[in-house]
Amino acid sequence: MWSSASALLLAALLAAACSQPASPPSRQATNFPTRIVSLVPAATEMLFVIGAGGRVVAVSSFDHYPPEVEKLTRVGALIDPDIERIIALRPDLTIVFEGQVELREKLSQAGLPLLSYPRPTLGDIFRMLRTIGQRVGLAERAEREAAALEGQLDEVRERVKGLPRPRTLLVIGREPGTLRNIYVSGGVGFLNDVLTAAGGDNVFGGVARENLQVTSEAILAAQPEAIVEVVAAQPWSAEQVARETHVWDPLGSLPAVRHHRIALLVGDEFVTPGPRIAEAARRLAAALHQSAE
Amino acid sequence: MTGDGSSGVRRRLFVSTATFGLLAFAICLVAPLVGRTPVSLARVFDRSIPFHDNVDAQIFFIARLPRAIAGAIVGSALAAAGVVFQALLRNPLATPFTLGVSAGAALGAILAITFPLAVSTLPFSAVPLASFLGSLFAVLIVYALATGRRLGLSTNVLLLAGVTLNSFFSAIILFVQYMADASLPRAVRWLMGDLDVATYSPILAAIPFTLVAFVAFAWLPRSLNLLAAGPDAAASRGVDVLRAQRLAFFSASLATGAAVSLGGPIGFIGIVVPHLVRLIVGADHRVVLPASALFGAGFLVACDVVARTAMAPLELPVGIVTALIGGPFFLWLLVREGGR
Repeated sequence: MWSSASALLLAALLAAACSQPASPPSRQATNFPTRIVSLVPAATEMLFVIGAGGRVVAVSSFDHYPPEVEKLTRVGALIDPDIERIIALRPDLTIVFEGQVELREKLSQAGLPLLSYPRPTLGDIFRMLRTIGQRVGLAERAEREAAALEGQLDEVRERVKGLPRPRTLLVIGREPGTLRNIYVSGGVGFLNDVLTAAGGDNVFGGVARENLQVTSEAILAAQPEAIVEVVAAQPWSAEQVARETHVWDPLGSLPAVRHHRIALLVGDEFVTPGPRIAEAARRLAAALHQSAE
Repeated sequence: MTGDGSSGVRRRLFVSTATFGLLAFAICLVAPLVGRTPVSLARVFDRSIPFHDNVDAQIFFIARLPRAIAGAIVGSALAAAGVVFQALLRNPLATPFTLGVSAGAALGAILAITFPLAVSTLPFSAVPLASFLGSLFAVLIVYALATGRRLGLSTNVLLLAGVTLNSFFSAIILFVQYMADASLPRAVRWLMGDLDVATYSPILAAIPFTLVAFVAFAWLPRSLNLLAAGPDAAASRGVDVLRAQRLAFFSASLATGAAVSLGGPIGFIGIVVPHLVRLIVGADHRVVLPASALFGAGFLVACDVVARTAMAPLELPVGIVTALIGGPFFLWLLVREGGR
C-alpha cells in the first residue's frame, strides 16, 4: 500500500517534470522568435542592424553597442552566464558562444531554442549575419546588410591596393605602461583577416593561432615596420594613448619605432566580429596608410 | 667561531658556495647567449653602431640580459626565503608563499590589473607596486595575529593565520576575477609568473629590498639552526628567540614580496631548491642558506631560458617550466636518496 502510493506520487511528479519544458515554445514552430537573448555582442549588433533589435530582451554584460542595449536586462557573459535569469525570461531564441558547452546543454534541457556563435574568421561574420537573418525571418534584410558590409570591406581593400603592405605587429593586449605580457594576433581569426584587408601583413601570420604571447626577443627579431595596438577594454584618453605609444621607444631598432609608425586604436569594434568590422578595417587602413585616408 | 665542527662547516661552506656560485655564474653568463635568434656578440658590443639601430644589441640587452638578472634575483630570493620559512615554522612543507605573502601580492596585482583606471595616471605599470604593497599588507596582518595577546611570536598561529589568509585572499582574488572577466586572461597570466621585464627599472626597484633581506639573512643561519630544534632549546642556548623569529619572518617576507612583485608568484623554487640543496650539503643553515640562494638563481635563470626558447616565438610561462622540470627532478632525487 505504502510503496504503491509513493510510486504513484513519484510517477506523477516525473510526468509533471517531463511535461513542463515541452509546453512554452510550441508557437515557435510557426512563428519567428520574438523574445531573443544574446550573450554574444557581435550577434546583438547583427540583430539591431537587420531590424530585429526590438525583439532582443536581454544581452550580455559586455554589450554596449548600439546604445539601445544599455537599458536591456543583463544575463552574464562568457564565463558567468545567468542561466536562471535566461530561463525565467522564456526566450524563444538564445544566442550563445560555441564554447559555452555547459550552458548549451542546460538551455537545451530546458527546451530553449539555441544558436551557437563560433570564434569567427572574417568570412564567418557574413555567414553568421545571414544565418541570424534566416533564423529571425529577416533573411532578405540580412542579405542586403551582408552585401553592403562586403562592399565596404572591398572599398577598403581597393583603397590600399597597390600601396606597400607594411609588416605589422598587431598587438591585442599588453601590461599598460610597460612592454610586459605582449599578446599579439597570430595568423588565424577575424582580426588577422581585417589586418590583411586593411593592407598590412601580420609579422606573426605564420603562427597558426588566434593569439599568442610573444617574447620581446621575437618582436625584436621580427622587425615590424608598423605596430598597431587595439585597445578595447580601457577607455583611454588621448593623453594616455600618447603616453602608451612612447612605451615602445626603447625598442628603437624596430623600423616601426624608428619611423614612428605606431598606432593605438581605442574601440570595441576591434574585438567584436560583427557589423562594425568594416569600420575597424577603415581605421586600421588609415593607421597603416596615412595617405589612404 | 669555535666548536660544533666549525672548521668542517667552513670547508663545506667554501666548497658549496664555490660550486653553486660557479654554476649560477656560468648559467647567468651563458643564458643571454642562448636564444632562437642568432646574435653576433661582435655586433652586440660594437660601439660604433648606435644602440637604437643595433638589433643584436637590443635583443641582448632588452630581451635577454634583464631576464637573466631578474631570474637570478627572483630565484635566489625565493629559494633563500624558502629555507628561512622552513626553519622558522619548523615545517619542511613551508614555502615562501605559505604565510600569505604571495596571496597578498597576488591580490594587489589583480586589483591593479582589474581596476586600471584608479592607477592609470602613473608613468609606469602599477602592477609590481600594487603587488609589493599587497604582500606587505598580508605580512603585517599575519604578524599582528601571531603576536597578539601573547608574549612572543607563536609559529603555530603564524602558520594557521598564514594558511587561512592565503585561502581568504585567494577567495577575494577569484571573486574579483569572476566579476570582471575582461581582464581575466591577464590576471591568470600574472599568476603564472613572468620574467620578460624588457627594461631594468623593475629590477632596480626590487634590488634594494632584496639586498636588505639578504643582509638580514647573513645574521640568521646560526639562530635558524637552533630554532629548528625548537624555540625552548634555542632560548636555552642563548638565542633571543623573539628577535631571531622576527628577523627571520620579516626578512624572508621582504625577499618574497620583492621577488613576487618582480616576477610574479613563481612556484616550486621556494620548496624544491632548499630540499635539493639539503640533500646535497646537509642540514646546517650556515651552508644551506647561501647554497640555496645561489642554486635558486641558477635554476630559475635556466628555467627561464627554456621558457623563452622552447616554443618561440611563443612565451611559455616560467612558473609552468619550474614546476615541470623541478617536480620530476626532485622526486627522482627523493627516491634515489631514500633508497640509500
